[in-house]
Amino acid sequence: MRAYRLEVNGDKIEIAAPEHWTLLEVLRYKLGLTGTKQGCDKGDCGACTVLVDGEPELACLLLPGAVEGKKILTIEGLAPAHRCRGGEGADPIQESFDEAGALQCGFCQPGVMLSARALLNREPHPSCEQIADSLSGNLCRCTGYKQIYDAVEAAADKEAELKTQGAD
Amino acid sequence: MEYPTTVEDAVALLAKHGDRAMFLAGGTDLLPNMKHGLFEPEVVIGLGAIEDMKGIRKDKDGSLHIGAMTSLTEVARSQLITEAAPALAQAASVVAGPQIRNMGTLGGNVMLDTRCQWYNQSHFWRKSLGYCLKKDGTVCHVIEGGKKCVAAASNDTAPALMTLAAELHFLSPSGEVALPIEELWKADGTWNKNVGPDALLVSVHLPALSGPHGGAYLKLRERNAIDFPQLGIAARLGFAEDGSIFEAAVAATALGPRPILLQSTTKLLAGTTPGESNFEEALLELCAKAHKQLSPLANIPGDETYRKRMVPIFLKRALVLAAQP
Repeated sequence: MRAYRLEVNGDKIEIAAPEHWTLLEVLRYKLGLTGTKQGCDKGDCGACTVLVDGEPELACLLLPGAVEGKKILTIEGLAPAHRCRGGEGADPIQESFDEAGALQCGFCQPGVMLSARALLNREPHPSCEQIADSLSGNLCRCTGYKQIYDAVEAAADKEAELKTQGAD
Repeated sequence: MEYPTTVEDAVALLAKHGDRAMFLAGGTDLLPNMKHGLFEPEVVIGLGAIEDMKGIRKDKDGSLHIGAMTSLTEVARSQLITEAAPALAQAASVVAGPQIRNMGTLGGNVMLDTRCQWYNQSHFWRKSLGYCLKKDGTVCHVIEGGKKCVAAASNDTAPALMTLAAELHFLSPSGEVALPIEELWKADGTWNKNVGPDALLVSVHLPALSGPHGGAYLKLRERNAIDFPQLGIAARLGFAEDGSIFEAAVAATALGPRPILLQSTTKLLAGTTPGESNFEEALLELCAKAHKQLSPLANIPGDETYRKRMVPIFLKRALVLAAQP
């Protein structure tokens, strides 16, 4: 066992886990944050994507010791983070995915939405090519991606609108 | 797990634990390989806390210094690199997918283990078939009766760095070593490097190049993300004042155990000018020569006949791109 000091979704946590466990296993089986999915477990599918200091990384290939001192955001923290920034309800990305029907089985969705969040933080008005490129590490076997890209575009529009309203 | 904060401590720790230990850079290849039982270190020495190994800077002589722990995303987006070494920025930008480029490092990609369809499999899979030369076994499933492992070099950045004549700085228990990247490789898939596993790649140096030059890296793969290369070709062209080529370099990866720098490219292309017929003729001759010389093996995804046919096509495309500085 090894003790880790992690910051997950804004909470500072001290937790012990077997030394060979990945961050994914700690999130799912110690912290109960099962929104982060265990897909291929070897870095191909992107289902375990979390944000580490704002950038998408794969929890299945991260050792928890390597992310001590960094801010980890999982899907469970996405809506609370949005509200901490003064927003209401869920993150606009989540709202847009809902409206666009950008999911079927939903297994890839947490990872996709976090990759999209990182993109919109960096590039508030992404082109279709930028969206496709940013989501290229997240495999979806149901939707064919079209509705996902539409949802990200809609989320960008929604955020631009919210910003304008905030400025008024 | 150990997390040293200096390169000296990292090297000393590995020397202390010997064969039982391995360095961990981004972990995007080490962890899958550990899960497959291919690497079985008892001690993993994480390099993420060594600040000296991160970042890109331009030195006074115009050369670029890239810390081995600089992420592939940073290499791909760095203005210094996109301007001075476009082939490297392009190569870094097409390694795997965005998440892996955020985690994976330039040093890790250079030091990447070779790959083979008979090797990069779960322990159950390998045990069922019978182990191979690269791990635990005595037979090669690729070449009947083969006594030498032919697992393929699959690093995208290696050919780009070879066209840029990069110099690699290692620290090992016996001291510092600076090695031209061309001298790093040997044609042995088990371990395709001329430095031992106890040497730590600390930084990559790109010498300043005289005059304008262009570069490109093209990668053949099934999907436009995530996949390792089925073929990777990097090209660099240096131009004289009149727009003619005065030097040229071409390197390829994902053929066999080592990335290959094509010989006599400068001899063929020097003096020709892109846009003129002499360039077109030299290009055709070079492509024909490369097609003859470069033979992909049947041990990574992608039909080897198709991959071989793509050699001249990708080479031509890469050189045409490199000709637009």
